[in-house]
Amino acid sequence: MAPHPSAIGGHAQGFGATERKDGWWVEPIVTVVVFLAFVVYTTWAALQGTHYHWGPYLSPFYSPLLFAAPGDAAGLHHSWFGAWPSWWPSFVPASPAVLILIFPGSFRFTCYYYRKAYYRAFTGSPPGCAVGPLAGRRPYRGETFLLLFQNLHRYTMPFAVLLVFILSYDAVVSYWWDGRVGVGVGSIVLTLNAILIGAYTFGCHSFRHLIGGRTDCMSCGKATLKYGAWKRASWFNERHMEFAWLSLVWVMVADLYVRLLSMGVITDLNTWGR
Amino acid sequence: MATTRTFRIWRGDARGGGFEQFEIQVDEGMVVLDVLHRIQAQQANDLALRWNCKAGKCGSCSMEINGKPKLACMTRMNSFAESETITVQPLKTFPVMKDLVTDVSWNYAQNKRIPKFQPRPRDPDGAYRMYQEDVDRVQEFRKCIECYLCQDVCHVLRDRHGREQNTFVGPRFLIRLASLEMHPLDTADRIPAVRDEFGSGMCNITKCCTEVCPEHIHITDNGIIPLKERVVDRFYDPIAMLMRKIFG
Ligand code: SF4
Ligand code: SF4
Ligand code: FES
Ligand code: FES
Repeated sequence: MAPHPSAIGGHAQGFGATERKDGWWVEPIVTVVVFLAFVVYTTWAALQGTHYHWGPYLSPFYSPLLFAAPGDAAGLHHSWFGAWPSWWPSFVPASPAVLILIFPGSFRFTCYYYRKAYYRAFTGSPPGCAVGPLAGRRPYRGETFLLLFQNLHRYTMPFAVLLVFILSYDAVVSYWWDGRVGVGVGSIVLTLNAILIGAYTFGCHSFRHLIGGRTDCMSCGKATLKYGAWKRASWFNERHMEFAWLSLVWVMVADLYVRLLSMGVITDLNTWGR
Repeated sequence: MATTRTFRIWRGDARGGGFEQFEIQVDEGMVVLDVLHRIQAQQANDLALRWNCKAGKCGSCSMEINGKPKLACMTRMNSFAESETITVQPLKTFPVMKDLVTDVSWNYAQNKRIPKFQPRPRDPDGAYRMYQEDVDRVQEFRKCIECYLCQDVCHVLRDRHGREQNTFVGPRFLIRLASLEMHPLDTADRIPAVRDEFGSGMCNITKCCTEVCPEHIHITDNGIIPLKERVVDRFYDPIAMLMRKIFG
């Protein structure tokens, strides 16, 4: 073989080039498909402003419901501050979800796990391990420069923690309908939603850092609260990817379930017999 | 049961080279390193490869097997289909010396750049005290066998000229920095250097280092991301910075 510098070692060059024979491309393709499906569905569902509650169930995309959607009298009992404000600017879609989704949206967008997933799947940097990156010839600056904003992930975290409590509240009230305790498939769907989002949120790297990881002497020989909390957060952190996917899919399922109930497409199996 | 397998091995040196094909008998229980030794003994006496312990503990036998950075002594032949041609290459990130042997000395140079352990003064009774819970984190990083598979797979070093331009120290040395930084006895401050000299911002946490580490060290989650969070504390978190200004 002619001596040529790029042939040293025989490594393939260029985007997607690799000697790997396994299906390394499955993961980025699945990531792209699920993420796009999520973004399309969430945007659509958030802009509807209708069919977001049924009986004691409230769609997680619309929680906390600060104001019920315009003209939605039945939604008022889920609402914190009553009816839709008259001062709402007409160029912003009049849907309660647009007030809320920016918070979990920015939390997930800057999440260390999701960053890994979309850097690989959407920007090909790298598309797989030991696989040639997209734009490999262009200067690479990693998470410096334009991506410095990712460092603000920790500021999105308190809102996400708050949301876990709010979604847990929604799950609890889903067992009450007009003063009667009961249970329906919807109550279980919303309970699972709160659990999965909680499990995702408490595995956050920034959370794990701020509650204890930032100090070197977490226990100093004693069973401190700090060390205990860090240990527990570490358990969730090890499973952060799994909970990221499960909670992402389940929150869509929960919205869809409430939506279909409200639209009358399906009926809820419950002890209230309604 | 013995079978005949096909190996495609890259042979050459810094001036060039190419793949050479070998048909070789493989017995039950063999690992890739055993097969390479048999090829060396029977068909290519001058095949250059590095090895030492045959037990996944010395980190010498790093190479790329079917495109994946691996230890040859820990890659079992029964993990491949019998009909599969097995491609063996030297590490991509480091300069080839001969055949499967690369010059990894760039790594030793990086190690020397890292400010050493600086313990706080001893307790009045002359002892150093620290607690197991607090050093568990650091001990995970001490499992490193310096095989440099993580350095090889990291796209910043592999495909982005991070090694040639010295913009990034690589995952192995970020966990060494983390193990010093998180050490309860250590007093040195390496955080500004982690960002400015060692390039923590170049890592985009895509976790290939973690995927290839034969010691299963959680390089990204337990080492690099916590370091990045400490860098944020110092340089990018306005509230933390303000609090430090006020309370010192
Ligand atoms: S996580 Fe960072 S250090 Fe590890 S391989 Fe990816 S870019 Fe390199
Ligand atoms: S961290 Fe793991 S992959 Fe990297 S050099 Fe150490 S043992 Fe090898
Ligand atoms: S939520 Fe994933 S790292 Fe914070
Ligand atoms: S020969 Fe020591 S790790 Fe493979």
